[in-house]
Amino acid sequence: MRKYFGRKLLIYLLTFFLAVTIDWLIPRFMPGNPVANMLARVSVNSTAASVMQEYYTHLFGLDLPLWQQYLNFWANLLRGDLGISAYLFPKPVTQVLMNAIPYDVALLLPAILLSWLAGNNFGAVAARSKWLDNTVSPIGYILTATPYMWLGILLAWFFGIILDVFPIAGAYSFSLSPTLSWKFIGDVLLHWFLPFFSLFMVQFGGWAIGMRNMIIYELEADYSHYLEALGAPRSLIRRYAFNNAVLPQLSGLALQLGVIVAGALVTEVVFSYPGIGYLLLAAIQNQDYFLIQGCFLFIIIGVLLANFVIDIVYVLVDPRTRRGMTGEAA
Amino acid sequence: MLQVENLTVYYQTLKGQVRALENASFTLADGEIMGLAGESGCGKTTLGHSLIHLSPPMTHIGGRVLLNGQELPLADMQKMDAYRFNEISIIPQYAMNAMNPIRKIGQMTEELLRAKKADVKTVMAALKDRLEMVKLPQEVLGLYPIELSGGMKQRMVMVLSTLLDPELLIADEITSALDVASQKAVSEMLVEFRDQHCCNSVIFITHDISILYQIADSILIMYAGQLAEKASTETIIHNPRHPYTRLLISALPEIGVRYSDKRLTGIPGKTPLLLNPPQGCRFRERCPLAFEKCAEVPPFVEIEPGHSVACWKEGSADA
Amino acid sequence: MKALKQKNEFLYFALRNRKLQIGLGVILFFVLLAAFGPLLTDYEPFDYVNPTGPVAPSSKYWLGTTFFGQDVFTQVVMGLRATFLIAILGSGIATLVGMLLGFLAGYRGGILDEIINVLTNIVLVIPTMAVLLIIAAYLQVRSLTMESILIGLTAWPWAARAIRAQTFSLRTRDFVDMARMSGESSFKIIFSEIAPNMMSYLVMTFILQFGGAILNAATLDFIGLGPTNAISLGLIMQYSMMWGALQFGMWWWFVPPGLAITLIVGALYSMNVGLDEVFNPKLREM
Ligand SMILES: Nc1ncnc2c1ncn2[C@@H]1O[C@H](COP(=O)(O)OP(=O)(O)O)[C@@H](O)[C@H]1O
Ligand code: SF4
Ligand SMILES: [Mg+2]
Repeated sequence: MRKYFGRKLLIYLLTFFLAVTIDWLIPRFMPGNPVANMLARVSVNSTAASVMQEYYTHLFGLDLPLWQQYLNFWANLLRGDLGISAYLFPKPVTQVLMNAIPYDVALLLPAILLSWLAGNNFGAVAARSKWLDNTVSPIGYILTATPYMWLGILLAWFFGIILDVFPIAGAYSFSLSPTLSWKFIGDVLLHWFLPFFSLFMVQFGGWAIGMRNMIIYELEADYSHYLEALGAPRSLIRRYAFNNAVLPQLSGLALQLGVIVAGALVTEVVFSYPGIGYLLLAAIQNQDYFLIQGCFLFIIIGVLLANFVIDIVYVLVDPRTRRGMTGEAA
Repeated sequence: MLQVENLTVYYQTLKGQVRALENASFTLADGEIMGLAGESGCGKTTLGHSLIHLSPPMTHIGGRVLLNGQELPLADMQKMDAYRFNEISIIPQYAMNAMNPIRKIGQMTEELLRAKKADVKTVMAALKDRLEMVKLPQEVLGLYPIELSGGMKQRMVMVLSTLLDPELLIADEITSALDVASQKAVSEMLVEFRDQHCCNSVIFITHDISILYQIADSILIMYAGQLAEKASTETIIHNPRHPYTRLLISALPEIGVRYSDKRLTGIPGKTPLLLNPPQGCRFRERCPLAFEKCAEVPPFVEIEPGHSVACWKEGSADA
Repeated sequence: MKALKQKNEFLYFALRNRKLQIGLGVILFFVLLAAFGPLLTDYEPFDYVNPTGPVAPSSKYWLGTTFFGQDVFTQVVMGLRATFLIAILGSGIATLVGMLLGFLAGYRGGILDEIINVLTNIVLVIPTMAVLLIIAAYLQVRSLTMESILIGLTAWPWAARAIRAQTFSLRTRDFVDMARMSGESSFKIIFSEIAPNMMSYLVMTFILQFGGAILNAATLDFIGLGPTNAISLGLIMQYSMMWGALQFGMWWWFVPPGLAITLIVGALYSMNVGLDEVFNPKLREM
């Protein structure tokens, strides 16, 4: 088990290292001078421009040798300094991102967990009968094939415009200010529902199909046949097959995280939901490069953390990894 | 004890029926260990499974099986459950992978017993003695299958399958994956199981005929889905009548060589495909004695008490 | 001889597999639409053809017009071309890189395998989209080719992993041993012995990469990092959101591009399942 985690941690550290390096490298070695571009944009605001100019020279320290620039970048990063947002001047990027994080967590955590649980259970049920399978599987395939933003748009159009039962923009109504009242909480939930639901649905399709395929495979496994030959009741065989099938679904979740995060980005754009995806769109449109770099790092850190959590859960559910045997985890 | 009458089982595939078991009839006495031998692919596993786990793509075409005078509902997956494990049990060919990989062995055993509504307490107590019989430490119950060696898994499944003292045990190639020393040990354990009444009669399936000399009371030889010959081990070795059996026995380096590695492949020619088997005696193409009559299927007839042969040159042809 | 017979058998099942038929049919439809669609329209994708702005689908504008009066049908068929271009290039690159690394790691084993494995795992953990967008964000001018290359270069780990595992299991087979003993070079063994034996696998990997590239491109375009000099299905959706298609109920602007993507990717998945059934007799329905 120590070896298992040791290996995982090494991968994560290397990944983080690589990600930070990319984050540092790209602005410096891309054609053109994006930072100058950015400064040109904010120059309407002359104080901002001069502060940025100073910051920029300091941060990029173009007079310094490259390795020192690189070390400085790390030093700043470890102090939590990701620069200053041009678009939300003079807010530090870290603070801007911190404000957005709760929305991402509120959206992603329930969407990921619930869709995974529901999808797995649904898929297991679908594997039971031909009739169910023939109706559920095509729907599942269509759902996973749907681009996240499109399902979001369709839901917004149908529930937000045609039926007019859900708001389709923002995290809460402009007319309300954040308080701990029922009215406000209700309003927040109302705004949260559609983005959550569209994230949920696309993933749900994928998990349902994955489980359906895995469980059919497991029901054909030798240990299932043996139980059948010994006349064990169907319920026991199904339970064992499910328990075995859940493991690859769990490592599948780790592998899907990147895709899910990308889905969340575009879903937030559709619903103007103030998470990192929405920020990112604004940052791109305003050529706010520090903010873009910050979003990149935050996404990486988030995915690495989630991966780590999944690893721990995997060890908890797969005894083989605990016993130092090699498990299936990715 | 066990009576098999004209049992015919095919595999239903997209390309057609694989005629893997054709018109099999034989009996098994109380406490008899019957060796079931034949080349790979001749239908031994099919025959074994037909008696306990006749599931798709296998289909029951005809014939019946009586266990202690009672007809088994072979093709009825639900009704058969009452017999499975309790009356008839199997150590499958895939014993190495037969246990749920993510359950501790003891836990899985308990869950299985509970699901079968067995007397869990008594059986789990008996389990301890059985483990001793196969020289497994009690600790295996706290382990996962992956932590056991191949031989240990094999023995564990042997214990598991016989926990409810079945009338009939089907042991499918339980020695094939083992080295010579363990082959001997495992076969002796099986005899011990029979002697201790952990099971009554045994069908011991193997493609390695030499291993049967030691342990089998009788031997049934199959060829390409058809029964060829059944007799006591003595008779099969010293006085075989079916041309195929004769070739098999003479192909062995030396009669009585124990646990030899010689497989049943020393005969020229190929076994026919069972998807579209030749008419008549399926051994015809390789049989040195074949003649016109062999275009018809030879019946499996008793030529002397306890000795049956399916060959036109023997039994019916002479009669 | 045996191989030939086997091929015929695959063909037999392939031609009879419903999932494969449906998938291929849908893909063929969209390929034809991308190829000949532009001939059916008199407009250019960005031309302001309708002076009164947005109108619903009609015989004149088959899929209606945008907020600015651009013809949606023209944009969609041109966008389809972009989508197929990106998908082919992107998935081609990803599959090639994946094959190269997967074969090397699986066939050679040892330290090379370790290194490639760590590399694969790292790139697998990094969310592809994050890398794509940070690179794309710094490119002032973005072309379709550039987008395809970026997508291809970040999508290979899936392929590499799958191909490595397959190669690993094939490497110890008799026919490979035989080739090795007769002194064939690794390169030759990989391409004449190993690759043909996992053709079905490679085809399915490519198909999945194809679908992935389409979805990735759509995401990138929708965030505003799509090509700066072309139209694509993702861009159409982005424009429609930017210019209030939702609020004004201009459904014809955002439904067709998304529907096209969904149908194409869904058809690819369906093909994949179908092929799986063709190649794995165990999965064939009785
Ligand atoms: N699931 C199956 N579908 C179709 N044919 C099968 C299947 N299993 C076995 N067979 C065929 O049935 C015949 C007998 O197989 P089997 O009983 O496993 O032989 P043995 O156990 O003697 O080696 C073989 O020709 C084999 O190809
Ligand atoms: S029936 Fe004919 S072919 Fe068959 S074994 Fe006897 S002699 Fe040979
Ligand atoms: Mg067998």
